Formats: sequence, structure tokens, C-alpha cells
Amino acid sequence: MADKIATRQSYGRALVELGALRQDIVVLDADLSGSTMTKEFAKVYPERFFNAGIAEANMYGMAAGLAVSGKTVFASTFAIFAAGRAFEIIRNSIGYTGANVKICATHAGLTVGEDGASHQAIEDLALMRTIPGMTVLNPADDVSARKLLQAAAEWNGPVYVRLGRAAVPVIYAEETDIQIGKAVTLRDGKDCTIIATGLLVSRAMEAAELLAEEGIDVRVLDMHTLKPMDEGAVIRAARETGSIVTAEEHTVIGGLGAAVAQICCEKAPAKVSFVGIQDTFGESGKPDELLEKYGLTAAAIAEAVRTVK
Amino acid sequence: MNKQALQDKAALIRQHIIREVYHAGSGHPGGSLSATDIMTVLYFHEMNIDGNDPSNPNRDRFVLSKGHASPVLYACLAEAGFFPKEDLVTFRKLGSCLQGHPSMLKLCGVEMSTGSLGQGFSASVGMALAGRLDGRDSRIYVMLGDGELQEGITWEASMAAAHYGLDNLCAIVDHNGLQIDGKNDDVMRVMPIAEKFRAFGWNVIELDGHDLDAIAAGFRKAGKHKGAPTVLVAETHKGKGVSFMEDQAGWHGKAPDREQAEQAMAELGGIL
Ligand SMILES: Cc1ncc(C[n+]2csc(CCOP(=O)(O)OP(=O)(O)O)c2C)c(N)n1
Ligand SMILES: [Mg+2]
Repeated sequence: MADKIATRQSYGRALVELGALRQDIVVLDADLSGSTMTKEFAKVYPERFFNAGIAEANMYGMAAGLAVSGKTVFASTFAIFAAGRAFEIIRNSIGYTGANVKICATHAGLTVGEDGASHQAIEDLALMRTIPGMTVLNPADDVSARKLLQAAAEWNGPVYVRLGRAAVPVIYAEETDIQIGKAVTLRDGKDCTIIATGLLVSRAMEAAELLAEEGIDVRVLDMHTLKPMDEGAVIRAARETGSIVTAEEHTVIGGLGAAVAQICCEKAPAKVSFVGIQDTFGESGKPDELLEKYGLTAAAIAEAVRTVK
Repeated sequence: MNKQALQDKAALIRQHIIREVYHAGSGHPGGSLSATDIMTVLYFHEMNIDGNDPSNPNRDRFVLSKGHASPVLYACLAEAGFFPKEDLVTFRKLGSCLQGHPSMLKLCGVEMSTGSLGQGFSASVGMALAGRLDGRDSRIYVMLGDGELQEGITWEASMAAAHYGLDNLCAIVDHNGLQIDGKNDDVMRVMPIAEKFRAFGWNVIELDGHDLDAIAAGFRKAGKHKGAPTVLVAETHKGKGVSFMEDQAGWHGKAPDREQAEQAMAELGGIL
């Protein structure tokens, strides 16, 4: 059984490591530092940590000001309050200015669990993708989260990083090379490609194993970078395997599936099927119960492959 | 309800809160317990509401802008006959009407869906405007956290309520001095609260949020004040009534284990 670590824990660890290497790194939070794990950084570098209080719009505005003054800013809260409440501040003060702010949003998706629909950001990837120049990352595990956060620190410009509350299996070896904008082929195959992101990557791998037992040979891509998306990988998937299933813990409107479909329509027509949340709000429940109820399981991904291939 | 009956009711509400959060294994006891005495006076003394006639247009309306304190709201609604008390143990479970944060489409008696801090306050301003447009003499009550006051939207709502002279609106600030990351004073100072609301044009009443007589008197005065909205700035203790939760930020959003829940219930005069 693989180790399980929540990507917000990876974030706490990555911040402390980055803080030691880079004096220009400043961290902001909005009264959730114990949950987003920025408290780890605050403990070691209290002079470079600022709590904005429960005021997310102001926090992202302050982040923009710090960034245009030369700081590399990591600013965190739950995804619903980052991409949601602060959207227009992020668009105009961070996106439009190209400010060097890393919007590290935790507790994304349905797996927030018991807090319910008001706290389950299932549209954050769509919102962030629409901002010109915004890089959008959604790591699947601990190793890729830490590598992508490191890369985000080196990347000049705004980056949105989607992080989770729930512990997820570690799928990568520590030495794996993971770069912004390059999908990882986790498994090669010829009958269909599952393009997954975030929490659903490990479930996509399980689906591939289920399908292999039936003689269906699928390719699995980890699309950890939603923007700029690895178009080449999508086009090859469409041409070489003929069909694609996308899988994301996000509404099917405007996220990974929509981005993949757009590339296919324009450049490499293929049948695409979308595993995601079907234009509905979530609700309270245990994370696994919710993933089951909303069809975000290995079985649901496998079924989509059988139908589309 | 007389004072003794209200006191007994408040104790029952506190017991429900512990049961809800214990059975859910998560939730927010601290800010539920600090708001209990105010909510008890509202639901069982002050407000014109009827669990058997929940959509009467002339009813008073309550908005829990600090929506994470849903356990206290659900306990009051159950005690007021809006739904069976047995359902309280389904809090936060898949398929329950008792969502982690209140949902008006899932539970009758919830007047506004909340959970994202600040939004309930704005909605209450709209409800007060609607009440005036319709010529109703019903009142709108809205409960805010002190940390919640850090949200810019709360001051936008305050400005609007005073601008429109909404004397049918009464806000209550549950001033327990704590939020998630610690004391308000350490995270982001919100004091002085009363002066801020006064400067925004509100009628301000400061009181002890655990003194049932003072709370009832505060609501009475608020009802008589004309031309401006009233805010009760209520001094409270987070976790009030459970010794090990009192004034502890760590009990903001954490469920007690079995032993802790049993101790809490014993202190509150009940059994789990
Ligand atoms: C817009 C928004 N930001 C952050 C949160 C997360 N959150 C939930 S409760 C809370 C602290 C609230 O403190 P306070 O208003 O003082 O409530 P109380 O002490 O009465 O529980 C925070 C930050 C939220 N629910 N909504
Ligand atoms: Mg408080």
C-alpha cells in the first residue's frame, strides 16, 4: 500500500525549504494557516509571514503590492475563497499586472467533505484558466506537488496551485522529473487515453488496471499543468489512441475536459468523454462517499473508457 | 418564556451542540456555544416564528452569517419544532438536511444559505429592504462573528444598512475575541467594534452575551429604535459552558472524542 499524504502537507514542507533558499519569499494567509499549512513557514520565518485575517480580497491585493515591489509571494486560503471570493482582485491586480504571486489554494474539490457545498470549490480551475497569463497547476501527489511548487517559485508570473485536504497516494518516485507544462505518461497504451489531473490521477491508474484485465490497453497521462497545457501530449493521445477520457475533481464545465476537448476539436478530432462533476453543487459527506456519489471513481473512469473507445 | 425556562432551554441547546458535533466527528463547537444564549433568547423569546407555519410572510427572519455555527442553529430549529430532534445526529452526514453549513434549500427554517463569511450580512440587508418594500413589520436578525468583521463585505453591508435607515434590521456580533488562528487581536485587530459601527451610523448596544435578561432587554431596545439599524455587540466566551473548551481557539472547529463529549455532557447536565 502506497503512502498517503495530503498535498497541503507537501505545501507546508516545500514552503519551509524554499524559505531557507530564497530571502525574497513572503507568505500570506487568511486565518487558515493551520489548515493550509503555511503555519510551518510562519514558525520558521515569522518576519516574512503576514496573516491578513479573514479578508481574502485584501490579502490578494496585498500580495500584488508585495510582488510588484520585488517579493515572490505565496498567498493561501481555501480554494473557494481564493479563486471564488477574490477572483476579480486576482484577475486585475495579479493577472493583468503579471505579478509574481503564487496563489496556493488548499481544500479544493469535493474532498473538503463534511463542510459541504459552500466550501467545495469545484470551479476554481475553470475560473483561473480564463485569466490571461495565469499558470494553473493541479498536482496529483506529494512528490509532484513539491516539485511543481519549487518550479512555481522559479516561474516568473502568476501561478495558481490547487492543493487538497485529503491524503492521497504517493505515485511518483522522488527522482521523477516533473516540469510545468509537460504531461507525464504514467502508462502507455493504444486503445484509449485517460487524461487525469489531481486527485483522480491515482484513480485513473486503478481504472487502467481494471481495463487491462479485460484486455483494454489504455494510456494514462497526468495533466498536472492545466495551463499552459501540453498540447502535443493531447494531440498524440487523440491520434494514436483514437479516444480520450478526461478525469477531474471539478465541474465538467471549463476545466481539464473542456481544455482537452478544445484542443481536439481544433487540431486532432477524437471522441472525448468527461468524468467530472455534472453541473451540480456538492454536499456534506465523507470524501470517499462523495467521490462515489458524484461518479469520480476508478469504476466510473473505466466505464467511460468502455463507452468511448 | 420566563428566565428559568430560557436558562433550561439554553442548557438543552448546548447539549444538542455537543451531540451533533460528537456524532458528526467534525464541526464547530466553540462559536456555537458562544452564541447559544443569544440564539436561545432570539428563538424562544424575541422572534415571531412558528415551526408549524415556517413560510408565513410576516414571520421574523434570522440569518446565521457565521454559518460555521450551524450546530446551534439546528439545535434551536429542532427545539422550535421545525424538524424532529432525532435528526440532529445526522449532522454533516451524506444525505442529511443538516449540511456542514446551513442550506436553505435543504432545511426548512434556514432563511439564508451561509458558510462563506460576510455573505449572510449582505443578504440580511436585502431582506430588510424587502420587508420594508412589502410594508411588513417583521424584523430581520443577523448573527456575525468578530473575526467575520475582518471581511470587507461586512462594512459594505453596514454602510448600506445605515444608508437605507433599516431599523427593521438587528445585527448581533458574537464578540468572543477568537477566530481560527488565535485571538482577533493577534491575527487582525477588529477593535474597537462599537465605535466602528457608530461611525457607520448604527445604533449600538453593548451587553453581556451570556446574560439572558440583558440580551432580551437589548432586543427590546433595538425594536424601539427608529431610523437606523441596531447592532448588539455581545461580549461572549467561545466554548461557553464546557470548561475545557472555554476561551480556547483550538476548539473552534474540532469534535470532542467520546470521553471529552461525555465530560462536556456531564458539565451541561445531560447524557450523550
Ligand atoms: C470567506 C470565508 N473565509 C474563511 C472562512 C473559514 N473560516 C470559517 S470560521 C472562521 C473563523 C471565524 O471567526 P469568527 O467570525 O470570530 O467566528 P467565531 O469565533 O464566532 O466562531 C474562518 C476563517 C470562511 N468560512 N469564509
Ligand atoms: Mg470569534
